[in-house]
Amino acid sequence: MTTPTAPDSMYRNDEGLGIWEHRGKVAAVGVGHAPTSRRWDGRPETCVGAITIDALRKAIDDAGVAPDQIDGLVVVPVTTTGAFWEAGKPLPMDVIQSFNQTDDPLDGIAKLSAEWLLKNMPELTNVNFTMYGPGCMSNALNVTAQAVGDGLTHTCLVVKSWHNFEGRYYQGGANAGAALPGTPAITQLWGGPASYSTALQFAEYCRKYGKTHEMMAPFMENSRRNGLRFPEGYWAQHRPEELGPEDYLASRWIAKPANLFDNDIPIMMSGAYLFSTAERAADMKQKPVYILNHASSNTRPRSLLPTLDEVEADTARTGRKIYEGAGITADDLSFENMYDGFSLFHQFHLEGLGYRGIKFGEALDFYQTDISIEGPNPVSPSGGNVGSGRSRVWMHTDCIQQLQGRAGARQVTGVKPEVGVSGGPMPLGGNYTVWSASPD
Amino acid sequence: MAKQGVDPDELTQPFWDAANEQRLVIQNCVDCDRLQHPPSNTCRDCDDGGALEWKQVSGRGTIYNYGVVHDCPVRLLQEDQPFNLAVIMLDDDPGIQMYSHLPGVPVDDVPVGAAVEVIFEPSANGQLVPEWRVIDG
Repeated sequence: MTTPTAPDSMYRNDEGLGIWEHRGKVAAVGVGHAPTSRRWDGRPETCVGAITIDALRKAIDDAGVAPDQIDGLVVVPVTTTGAFWEAGKPLPMDVIQSFNQTDDPLDGIAKLSAEWLLKNMPELTNVNFTMYGPGCMSNALNVTAQAVGDGLTHTCLVVKSWHNFEGRYYQGGANAGAALPGTPAITQLWGGPASYSTALQFAEYCRKYGKTHEMMAPFMENSRRNGLRFPEGYWAQHRPEELGPEDYLASRWIAKPANLFDNDIPIMMSGAYLFSTAERAADMKQKPVYILNHASSNTRPRSLLPTLDEVEADTARTGRKIYEGAGITADDLSFENMYDGFSLFHQFHLEGLGYRGIKFGEALDFYQTDISIEGPNPVSPSGGNVGSGRSRVWMHTDCIQQLQGRAGARQVTGVKPEVGVSGGPMPLGGNYTVWSASPD
Repeated sequence: MAKQGVDPDELTQPFWDAANEQRLVIQNCVDCDRLQHPPSNTCRDCDDGGALEWKQVSGRGTIYNYGVVHDCPVRLLQEDQPFNLAVIMLDDDPGIQMYSHLPGVPVDDVPVGAAVEVIFEPSANGQLVPEWRVIDG
């Protein structure tokens, strides 16, 4: 079976599309997470392929579905956190030989194909639909929701995994070389780290609205607090440390005004969900969480980096698309779980949504109010990547679990969990899902 | 600051050749008469991918924004940390951006909005690279 990348027609990129045609007819039911780790330890049972199988099996079990009832699989094929298998480095033959392989020996180690998963999950005997959602789980969720709605699959797994190897993030490779090819040289010769673009947008935001980096501290503290209540997350599993304002603000700079904690920590992880039609989901083990809409942004900046004007125009447009397709308004959101890795752009997502009525330039003031899970205005109840490490998955898991009423210690208590929104990654260019406890 | 060398490729050869002649050229779409940077094989705004030319620009601009890099992924630049990394907007088209280390400007003391002009500095393999300096006064 050849797995295609999702075509553009799977995404809802434009305004004016009206209510999503499958609103309330697709549901998420099962959730599965593999244990996290900081880096791969080289064992077969902890490689990215193995933890993906673990997460998928947990999602299947969580939904209470027989594996032979599953007919679809959506995969994010890229698994790197910024760590790559260096050219010339010997292949880990013991790991490779522990699995059924595809033509690519690094499949299951430094990348992930649907073919590799199906070869190593013999219980999935009836999968006849596979598709790649590039980038991150947010993208793959849009693809999965649309595929189930369109009838391409009726019971579909979706998975996103990350590998992290030894060595420093994005160092090595071309960045360690004597010269760069001409095209990447135009953007990479100057050495901006990954968070540089976001740092500049944040700097412009602060200048325009008279805000400061210190005003991020309550958001960071709240996010880590929520993350420590996420038993599937990295910080909860390995380093149960709170992140108070003093620790946050004393952290070293990476690309000022972005410091170490504004950059999410790269980890090994895998998260999976089981989606189905609303009809089938009604008989599964967990309460269905209905998809009211998915929306995407494929906007590109005019030049090297998005300006604040470009960011604000696009997040506002994204907000309108999210609400239009779901047939809701900002007032209907019980909570928000927009992306936060890097932390310094979460406010752009919030303002674009108009969450709790906040407007451009107001989110950092909003952070100074009660944004806890116990209050009336929960911000990032998942804790996001700040709270649980780089996955771009926690926000989605949290939406599902909050609306199922099984978010445990993270369960929002200041609002009734009825509708949530999650998605990202970047303010320009992302994919979003609206989740609901009810199909209506 | 010593930058990595550059091996021009087919797409960017005219840009780097012009830099070696101390000229700044930017891609321009002949059909929609709009500059674009970074370069691409097609016009990003024309549906039919308009024809592209390289257009010499004035080499003047303003400092739009900046950050201070303390943890750089490029090995050659790490000994110069922390350093300024600014975004310049071209006077010819303020939507077009270029990066600069702003030679001569103290770290984290960047005059946002100041006028700058292009200069050309040798990279590790001798290829000249556009940089920007603040225009006095």
